[in-house]
Amino acid sequence: MKQPLRDIVGGFYSLLSGMRVTIAQFFKPSVTVHYPHESLQMPARFRGHIELVRDPATGKAVCFACKVCEKSCPSDCITVEGAKLEGAKRKSVTQFRLDFTKCSLCGSCVEACKSNAIRFSRQYNLASTNKDEFVMDLFKRLEAEGQ
Amino acid sequence: MSLPEPFRLLAYLLGIMAFVGLNAAYLVWVERKGAGRFQRRPGPTEVGYAGLLQPIADAVKLLTKQVIVPPGADATLFRLAPVVVLAPALMCLAIIPFGPHLVAREINVGLLLLFAFGSINVMAIMIGGWASRNKYAIISAARVVSQDVAYEIPMLLVVITMLMVTGTMDLNQIVRQQAGAFWNWNLFKLAANPLMPVTFVIFYICMLAETNRAPFDMAEAESELVAGAFTEYAGMGFGVFFMAEYANIVVGCAVATVLFLGGWQSPIGILPGAFWFLLKLYALVFSVVWVRWTFPRTQFYGLLNLSWKILIPIALFTLILSSVMLKLF
Amino acid sequence: MTTEEIMAVAQGKAPNETFVLNLGPQHPATHGVLRVKLTMDGEYITRAEPVPGYIHRMQEKMGENRTWAQYLPNTSRIDYLSAMAYTHGYVGAVERAAGIQVPPRAEYVRVITSELNRISSHLVWFGAFLLDLGGFTPLLYAFDDREKILDLLEGITGSRLTYSYYRFGGLYNDVDEDFLGGTREFVAQMRPRLGMYRTLVTENIILRKRLEGIGVITPEQCRKYGATGPVIRGSGIAYDVRKVEPYSVYADFEFDIPVFPEGDSMARYLVRMEEMGQSLRIIEQALAKLPDGPVMAEKVPRVLKPPAGDYCYAVEAARGRFAVRVVSDNKEMAYRIKLRTPSFSNLSLFEEVSQGMMLPDALALMGSLDLVIPDIDR
Repeated sequence: MKQPLRDIVGGFYSLLSGMRVTIAQFFKPSVTVHYPHESLQMPARFRGHIELVRDPATGKAVCFACKVCEKSCPSDCITVEGAKLEGAKRKSVTQFRLDFTKCSLCGSCVEACKSNAIRFSRQYNLASTNKDEFVMDLFKRLEAEGQ
Repeated sequence: MSLPEPFRLLAYLLGIMAFVGLNAAYLVWVERKGAGRFQRRPGPTEVGYAGLLQPIADAVKLLTKQVIVPPGADATLFRLAPVVVLAPALMCLAIIPFGPHLVAREINVGLLLLFAFGSINVMAIMIGGWASRNKYAIISAARVVSQDVAYEIPMLLVVITMLMVTGTMDLNQIVRQQAGAFWNWNLFKLAANPLMPVTFVIFYICMLAETNRAPFDMAEAESELVAGAFTEYAGMGFGVFFMAEYANIVVGCAVATVLFLGGWQSPIGILPGAFWFLLKLYALVFSVVWVRWTFPRTQFYGLLNLSWKILIPIALFTLILSSVMLKLF
Repeated sequence: MTTEEIMAVAQGKAPNETFVLNLGPQHPATHGVLRVKLTMDGEYITRAEPVPGYIHRMQEKMGENRTWAQYLPNTSRIDYLSAMAYTHGYVGAVERAAGIQVPPRAEYVRVITSELNRISSHLVWFGAFLLDLGGFTPLLYAFDDREKILDLLEGITGSRLTYSYYRFGGLYNDVDEDFLGGTREFVAQMRPRLGMYRTLVTENIILRKRLEGIGVITPEQCRKYGATGPVIRGSGIAYDVRKVEPYSVYADFEFDIPVFPEGDSMARYLVRMEEMGQSLRIIEQALAKLPDGPVMAEKVPRVLKPPAGDYCYAVEAARGRFAVRVVSDNKEMAYRIKLRTPSFSNLSLFEEVSQGMMLPDALALMGSLDLVIPDIDR
């Protein structure tokens, strides 16, 4: 007789302490960020899609189309073309095609590039209604930025 | 200004229908905002300031949906069920005193009428589930019926206890007896029944179970497969069931306020009025929302065990105890 | 029904009518795409046949067509909730094959990040399990805590879920003071949160009634199906890969293995809650003992060609024992990669244990097994 009663009282008390926990949380501030009215700052290492790095000295892309990134990509996302310009010692990149629909942001390309010619961007607002926007020519983008 | 009798009644009934409609809509807002705050997030904020127009948006959405009557279903009963669920809530509110002179109809068997109407709610869900002609709806409706029947018994035992303590079935009299400061409320009348708070807790739990709410919503939420007794209802049919659930919560909390917490009496002894009634009512409604978002669901047999093996013995015990106390003192 | 059938029912001689119910590939809770064909007799399950394969992505086949380094991102995606441990298993196997020594600082950081990942995986399990049982709020509290872990790991790796942080011979990059300070703060504020979960959920009478005595798994059944992880520790057997086959630097740390003998869903629940506390202990000790030094071994060849042979490495992931077996024939791609995943073995228990249970109880059992379906199907 005593044990069931103790169980009932104990059980009821556990319900009340649970309710006390939730009401304490009720009065605490909200922890969510009201996107899109507010947004968060991405950390420095954030993995957005890759972008070409511009050499501050020459104003051109560092990349010289050695194709190491193309070989290291597990998903065959990257296609690089380069050509030797007049009077230049080595090739420079003319087309850097990234198929972002297949990219898994693994970082093999960034890691493989020994000249630090590509890095992660911090872009995350990437929604689009058109699939072609995700097959990016990073070289064209770099040129467009330069203008 | 005092209207002649039929018009006064009509005005009150229209007022009650507006009250139920407004409550059903805005209790949804209270629930969603409350859920949000318990979960450390804002809840609806986009539609209107602080999401206050969200219920309007939901109502518009439900109204624009096609009301489909499934081909094999019993058409009359299918359409009747939502109405039969909502009507008793309206009728119960007609006899509950909101203020010293704010009651649609003063009846001296108010308490009896309340529980008579409350039972119709159970039948209406059964009608809804059966008329849908859907295997899962029928199973779910059968579960709801067994749950509601199991929890009506302790509720009625509690009401009989209160009847003995107050000596009358007239709701107005019950409220008037609790005049004075809060220690005169029935909740604190320990001289008549030393286990009065326990009685209140039993009544509260039964009210949660009757309205299929909070930890006892097995029938509607945990038919893992489909949506329970209301599977076949679309658009406004579902909307009316939804409104009826909130209306029943309001009725249940209103009855608890009247019986235990002093109705429209003020806790400090001065300025009684409808304001206090509404305050207590909404405090209880908030606690119902609070309980829902805190606990997981019970299993079906746990629910029935709770009623038959725990609540009924305790309710019987308090009944006998209060009768003994009343006889001896 | 004909008159004869009605009379048969009335006289209690009705035949046993069972019907087949599909707990279809889409689940309301976050289990993933698993189909379970239930043969039910009224409310009771007579046979539960899991039909996996809806998310089979040929992970093992992909291992044969990618170079060793190219396969690394795949390992995070086998069980995305416990990604660090799975990468650890693969990287460990290749390091064993190629004979690469990992510097101590890298090992310690690997332990810290793996344990943080374990806590975040258990938090997801906790939230999803309670969601199955009908309590919506603890999910959001758990995800609030998990956000802090994810922010910490995002600061050093750049991703929140599929990390690809370990490399053959160490780590991709070193951790900074922000990470170390942040982890210390996290450990300090997580302990009271675990206390809050105990009050709100573990001691709750409704939850206890739902889990105690439900879905009892005996040690013999565990042995028969090869279940590991919290499933076997909830049935009384103290099998944890970190203690039984110590790998990395786990032998340097002092921690307990929570074991509960009852074998019901409550025992498995308690094992995971206690494990979170023990992971916090490991993280504290690792932070205190973190050595300085490089995080990458020297002279790791760019194109890895491990010597021919069979190599195996096992880790304790959040769900159980994850083992990788690589067969190399001295080429730049593997000859065979075999992944032994814990959820597959844990799921095979379900058919036998759920016999005769009611449907909500069977779902509570499935939740307590903590299945991640991509882990089952690979």
